[in-house]
Amino acid sequence: MSAPLSHEQKILHFLNRISFGPTPEEVQRVDRLGFRPYLDEQLAPEKIPDNVAEEKVAALKTMRLSSRELFELYPPPKVAQERGMAMPGEMNAPRFIILELQQARLLRAVYSQRQLYEVMVDFWSNHFNIFAAKGADRWLTTSYDRDTIRPHALGKFRDLLLATAQSPAMLFYLDNWLSVSPNFTPARMPANARRRGLNENYGRELMELHTLGVDGGYTQQDVREVARCFTGWTLVRPRGDAEFHFEPRLHDPGVKTVLGTRITAGGMEDGIKVIDLLARHPSTAKFIATKLARRFVTDKPPPAVVDRAAEAFRRSDGDIRTVVRTIVDSPEFFAPEAYQAKVKKPLEFAASALRVTNAETRMTPQLLRYLGRMGEPLFLAQPPTGYPDVSSSWISPDMLLTRMNFAADLVGNRLDGARVPPNALRDTQALVRLIAPDSLSPVTRQALAEADEKEAPALLLAAPEFQRR
Amino acid sequence: MNHSRRSFLKSTGIGFLALGLPPSFLVRAAGAEQGGRGKALVVIFQRGGMDGLNVVIPFKDQAYYALRPSIAVKEPAAGEERAIDLDGYFALHPALASLKTIYDNGKLAIVHAAGSPDNSRSHFDAQDYMEIGTPGIKSTPDGWLNRYLSEKQASVSPFRGVAVSPQTPRMLAGAAPTLSMSSIEEFRLRNVAMAPTLEKLYANSTDPLFRQGGKSLFDAMARLRAIESKIPPSTASYPAGRFGVGLKQIARLIKADAGLEIAFNEIEGWDTHVAEGGATGQLANRLKELGDGLAAFYQDLGDRVEDIVLVTMSEFGRTARENGNRGTDHGHANVMFVLGGRVRGGKVYGRWPGLAPEVLYEGRDLDLTTDYRAVCGEVLARHLAQRELSKIFPGFRSSSSLGLVV
Repeated sequence: MSAPLSHEQKILHFLNRISFGPTPEEVQRVDRLGFRPYLDEQLAPEKIPDNVAEEKVAALKTMRLSSRELFELYPPPKVAQERGMAMPGEMNAPRFIILELQQARLLRAVYSQRQLYEVMVDFWSNHFNIFAAKGADRWLTTSYDRDTIRPHALGKFRDLLLATAQSPAMLFYLDNWLSVSPNFTPARMPANARRRGLNENYGRELMELHTLGVDGGYTQQDVREVARCFTGWTLVRPRGDAEFHFEPRLHDPGVKTVLGTRITAGGMEDGIKVIDLLARHPSTAKFIATKLARRFVTDKPPPAVVDRAAEAFRRSDGDIRTVVRTIVDSPEFFAPEAYQAKVKKPLEFAASALRVTNAETRMTPQLLRYLGRMGEPLFLAQPPTGYPDVSSSWISPDMLLTRMNFAADLVGNRLDGARVPPNALRDTQALVRLIAPDSLSPVTRQALAEADEKEAPALLLAAPEFQRR
Repeated sequence: MNHSRRSFLKSTGIGFLALGLPPSFLVRAAGAEQGGRGKALVVIFQRGGMDGLNVVIPFKDQAYYALRPSIAVKEPAAGEERAIDLDGYFALHPALASLKTIYDNGKLAIVHAAGSPDNSRSHFDAQDYMEIGTPGIKSTPDGWLNRYLSEKQASVSPFRGVAVSPQTPRMLAGAAPTLSMSSIEEFRLRNVAMAPTLEKLYANSTDPLFRQGGKSLFDAMARLRAIESKIPPSTASYPAGRFGVGLKQIARLIKADAGLEIAFNEIEGWDTHVAEGGATGQLANRLKELGDGLAAFYQDLGDRVEDIVLVTMSEFGRTARENGNRGTDHGHANVMFVLGGRVRGGKVYGRWPGLAPEVLYEGRDLDLTTDYRAVCGEVLARHLAQRELSKIFPGFRSSSSLGLVV
C-alpha cells in the first residue's frame, strides 16, 4: 500500500495504536475532536473519568490489598496448615491473586476510557517484566502493578526505573535481594544462608533489558560494578513482610566505576547514582525510543522517528508523555507503510475483539485461558525479556488456530465471560469500517458476501485483516 | 556482551520469528513430506519438586526410616502398603506397581541421586535452569530441546517438536518451530463449517505472513485429521487427566509416523510440603497417575517402544528429613526414570551418596551424584545420534558414560 491513508483509515490507525481497538463511539469522537486534541486528552488520563472500568476492577477484592494482606489471606498450603486454616481451594489459593490481576488487566483494556494509559501500562509491564508465579512474586505482583508501574506509566522514566529497582517484586524476581558484598560472611542467621556473594542477575538485566540495551556500550565489568552498587538493596522478608529495605551490612562499601564514572556516594546512594546515570544515558534514550516506536509505528521503526523520539527523551529528561507525543505526531506514524503493519498481541487481539463487538465482558478462567493458548498468559512471561513485540512471534499454527476459535466462540456467544448484544453484529459493513475501511482484501470481501449473517462477523474477526492493527 | 542472546530474544519465548525472513517452519512446511519411522525422545517434567526418596526408596539405608518417622514407606515384605523390592537395596513406591513389570522386562532404568547441580531451591529458578539446560546461567535464551531441533534438521514435519501442554514450555522454546496442543482432537476449528472459507481466505490472502501462517496451520490440521483416521484412539487404559491425555497424543503421533522427534509432557502437584503421605496419600496419588500413565504409554506403543526413549525429571528433590507438617521441603537430588525399548533397564543407576547426616548436601538433602544432563546427553547421543552435545548443553561435559541406552 502506498497511497496516503484516507480519513477513515487514519482514524482507525490512530485508535488501533493508541488504544486497544476502535469502537463506534471513539471513532466519532476522534472525528469530532481531531487527532491532536484527542491525543492531548489521552495523555492526561488523570482528567478522564473512568467509572465503568474502575467499578469493575473494584469488584476484584485482591486489587486493593497490600502484599502482607495478600499473604495473610492467600497463604501457601504449608502456612495455611500451620495456622489451622482450611487447605487452599480455588478461591483462597495464591493463584487466585494472579487470576484477579489478569482479570483486571483485560477488563481495563476493554473498558477503560484511559486507553492510551492502559496501553502504556501494558508496555511498561512487559518492559520491566516479572514472572508472577515465581515464588514470593505471587503475593508481590499486585502491588507491583498498582504501586510501581501504574503511577509512572506516563511519568518520568527515571522515576519508573527507580520504582522498579526498589519494588519487592523486581528485587525478588531478579534476585537482587540475595546479592551481598563479596566480603559479607553469613552469620548464623538462617535468613542469610542463601546469601553468598554478588548476584549479577539484576545488574545485567538492568542494563541489557531495562535501560541501555545489549549494544548500549557496557561491559561485563560494568555488570559487576553495578551489582556491587546494588548490594544491600534487599527485602525484609519476601513472604509476608516484603518491603524494600537497605541493609548497610550487606553493602559493598568500596569505590565502583560504572561506565567510566566513579561512584563513591556510599550506602544506598550508590544504587541511586546508577539509576540516575543509566536513566540519562544516551543509549537508554535510544533504546526506549526504539521500543516505543516499535510499539506505536512498525516492527522495524524508521530511524527518523527513533531519532526524533530519542531526542525528545533526552530533552525532556525522560518524560514518557513527551516521547509518546513525539512519536504519534511524527509523519512516519500515519505513513502508509505503518498502516496495519503490526500483528496484534493476544491481549490486543482479544481486547479489540471484545470492544468491536461491544461484548458485555466479565472475566472468566475460560476467557483468560484463551489468552494463554494464544501465547500471552498475562503476568506470566517467564523470561525477563517479557513477550516479544514483533509480528511473526504471534502466528504459529496453534496460536492462529486459537484466534480463529476465539472469534467463532465470541461471535457465536459460546465464550463464557463475554456476551455480544443481539443486534451488535447485524451490520457487517459497519464492522468492516471499524476493522479495515477501504482496505478489505478482495478475497475477504468475497468470503463475507458469500457468508450468512451469523458467519460473517466470525469470519471477519478470524480474517488476517483483524489480526493486524 | 551476549549478542547471540539479543538477536535470539527477538524471536524467543513463543515459537519462532525470522529476522526479516519467513519463519523457517513456514518454508519447510511448504514442501513438507511425511516423516518415516523415526526415533523420538519424550521428556516428562514433574513440576513442583518430586520427593524422590519416597519414590525409589533406599530401604536398606539405615538413615531413611529415622529421617521420616511418619511418611516413610515400609520395606518390602508380604502384605499391603509395602515398597516393591527392586534390587535388595532400593524399592519402588507401591503406587508405581504398574512400572515393576517394565523394570523386570529390562525396559525401565532408574537413576538415583540425579538432577540439576545448581543449589537453587526456588521452583522458578530450578525449573528454568533445567529447561534451558545451563544450571546457574540465566541468560541462555532457548530451551535445550529446541537447541536439539535447531541443530538437527532431520525432517520437515510440522510435528518434529510437540508439547502436549497449553503453552510452549521453556524447554522447547526457541528458534526451531514447535507445536503445542492439548490433544489431536482439539486441534481443529470449533466451527467446522467455517473451515473451507477460512482456509481459502488465508490461502489467497495478499498478506504474505498470514498466507504462510494459514498454510502451515491448515496443513497441520489436515495431517492431524489423517492421523485420526489412520490411528484409532488407543484402548490402553491411560489415567484420567491432562497427563494421560497428553501421553496418548504422543503415542498416536509416534504410531502415525508423523515425524515426531521431541515430545514434551508435564505433570504437576509434587510440592508436598504438607501431609505428603507414605504408602498412600498425596504423593501416592500423584505417583499412581504417573506410573499408570507411563505403563499405558508403554503398552500402547507396542513394538514402537523400540523407537522411543522417555526420560522423567523434576526441578529438585526434597529434604531428607520430613518437616513438622508431615511433608518435605525443597531439597536437591532426585530420581529419574528412563524408559524405552533400547534402554538397559532393570537396574538402579548412579552412585548412592547415602543419607547419613555428614553426607547430606548442605546438611539437609540427598547429594547429587549424576547430573541430569549426563542422562539426557547420553540419550541424545546414543538414541538420537546427536554428536555435539556441547551445542545442546554448553559448558557441560559428562565425566563418564552410564550405559543407559543400548
